[in-house]
Amino acid sequence: MLEMKEISRVYRTDLVETHALRELSLSVDTGEFVAVTGPSGSGKTTFLNIAGLLETATSGEYSLDGTDVSGLNDNQRSRIRNEKIGFIFQSFNLIPDLNIFDNVDVPLRYRGFDGAERRGRIEKALDQVGLAARMKHLPSQLSGGQQQRAAIARALAGGPSFLLADEPTGNLDSLMARQVMDLLEKINNEGTTIVMVTHDPELARRAHRNVQLLDGQLASPDPFSASQSTPIEADLQPVA
Amino acid sequence: MFLYNLRLARMSLMKQPLLTTLMVSAIGIGVGACMTILTFVYVLSSDPIPEKSDELFAVRVDSWNPESPYDDDKPEEAPWQLTHTDAMALLESDVPTRHAAMRKAVYTVVPDNPEVAPFFNVARMTGGDFFEMFQVPFLYGSGWGPSADENAENVIVLGHETNEKVFGGTNSVGKTITLGTEIFTVVGVIDDWQPHILFYDMNNGETNPVEDIFLPFSITDRREINGAGNTNCWKDEQIDGYFDLLRSECVYVQFWAELNSAEQKAEYQRWLDNYTEGQKALGRFQRPTNNRLSTVTEWMEVQDVVEDEVMVVMSIGFLFLTACLVNTIGLILARFVAKGPIIGLRRALGASKAAIFRQHLVEVGLVGVAGGVLGLILSRLGIKGVQQLLSESDNLAALNLDLLLITFGIAVVSAIVAGLYPTWRVCQLPPAGYLKTQ
Repeated sequence: MLEMKEISRVYRTDLVETHALRELSLSVDTGEFVAVTGPSGSGKTTFLNIAGLLETATSGEYSLDGTDVSGLNDNQRSRIRNEKIGFIFQSFNLIPDLNIFDNVDVPLRYRGFDGAERRGRIEKALDQVGLAARMKHLPSQLSGGQQQRAAIARALAGGPSFLLADEPTGNLDSLMARQVMDLLEKINNEGTTIVMVTHDPELARRAHRNVQLLDGQLASPDPFSASQSTPIEADLQPVA
Repeated sequence: MFLYNLRLARMSLMKQPLLTTLMVSAIGIGVGACMTILTFVYVLSSDPIPEKSDELFAVRVDSWNPESPYDDDKPEEAPWQLTHTDAMALLESDVPTRHAAMRKAVYTVVPDNPEVAPFFNVARMTGGDFFEMFQVPFLYGSGWGPSADENAENVIVLGHETNEKVFGGTNSVGKTITLGTEIFTVVGVIDDWQPHILFYDMNNGETNPVEDIFLPFSITDRREINGAGNTNCWKDEQIDGYFDLLRSECVYVQFWAELNSAEQKAEYQRWLDNYTEGQKALGRFQRPTNNRLSTVTEWMEVQDVVEDEVMVVMSIGFLFLTACLVNTIGLILARFVAKGPIIGLRRALGASKAAIFRQHLVEVGLVGVAGGVLGLILSRLGIKGVQQLLSESDNLAALNLDLLLITFGIAVVSAIVAGLYPTWRVCQLPPAGYLKTQ
């Protein structure tokens, strides 16, 4: 599904050269639920941006669904983002002026679906996250948990190959966080691959596999996998 | 997708009404000022009688001073007007389909009704061909026939206003009217007629209103009248009174001929050349032969109807518009950059740069349309204001469909031009950089 080989990302200014990722190699299989953890500055966000085709790597190879996406132009990258990737953000990133129906509609508009197709997909996605009755509400009229579920519906509506979640429960209380995680697990059980960046060891444990980043490299192949008997929670505590 | 973008644009503009108002105002004021000027230039430079302007010719012969040209700035041109002698001679030609000599005069109208005080009125002394040649519309009656010209008959065609004043707007054909001490018989009353350029006599004020009294030119040859308008003389000659002026080398008569084909024009040109050759033999026309036949639009160019000063004012108008656009660019840029997080989100969700570009282009286009509406309103006010200043030009400028479309075109194109850079800038925003901050 997702295969990165020796991906590096260097940010250069006149004075400083920052290596955000250093020859990172990682593969995620179809149907997996992978948690990516690591302290601040470890390269999680850069990894997520490159995985989501929001940034390009300085070097290395990246293939998605069997397609080499390293050398694609902006249009091609946008198309793949639209068709194959669903994004879930920590701060939900719903457009405040649009109601939930129209928010879920956004990626479908760029896909070129006709009105009936879009409506069908939106209603199905909102039904999937339990918000069918709230489709005419504005984001500000929903709770945080509901907003994140709406964002998940938006990510699901296009039928993506995999979801990229960036701290999906970071802005939620524990109850709502649990509900969102239950929903993500359900979606994963239905066959959607999920890559989730998180600070929360509790959440990381619910993934099939854990990947820890440190200084832009893999620190541990699987620090929190369900099969591991001694989780190294202490490593994650300093994370801001 | 266009309708979707239109909806997004409307929502975006309504979300920040103050900023939107500023942007629309900047475009509207710039376009309004520019269009006010452009309207005047456009109207002044457009053909006042397009149906037949190519068949109407201002006729000029160069009887001027052998030592210097009539106009030092345009030495190749013949004098703007003719001498009375030449005008009367040209009327003898039977080559043109129609022709008319003409000049301005002033008369005192003395109404029969004692309750209406006598008043001055500007008259045009001309030939009976004038009315058909220039397609003058009549409310009652018509122009006079050739015999009235030949016999200098006391016939008169009234303008709409004078007929209203003297005859209460009724059909006055056949009635008499007193001018000074002479009595004239009304043969026709002109309907509303005001070419935006007084093309047949641009030498005496191209934006003046049409005269309200028309009399046979031949009267001027036989009886003394109060002439008006520009008279230019070059020869050191004794002029003691009206009839000396008629025989002098002073020019003050306008002359027009209707020539319906190239052959007819060529034949008339030969006729004029023969005439001037004959005059040379008599000791006149000592300058090189320079007989000119200018169509209405050519004549407008010679007369500098759209003068250099107007072009300068027009440039100032466009500069003002440019200044407004620069402000608009700043406002649009501020607005679009503030939308960075939403744009980043849309990019993450699959919008290409081109899609974002189109979306924001629709938004600036909508600003342009709103600016165009405001610009139109301001243009109307501006034109009214300038008309107040130039009271003689009541009918000078009116926004027709062409100008309406041009106003909208300028507004939309201006807004899009102003929006191109900010739109391009927002397309370059890295989407990843804004997603965390949303």
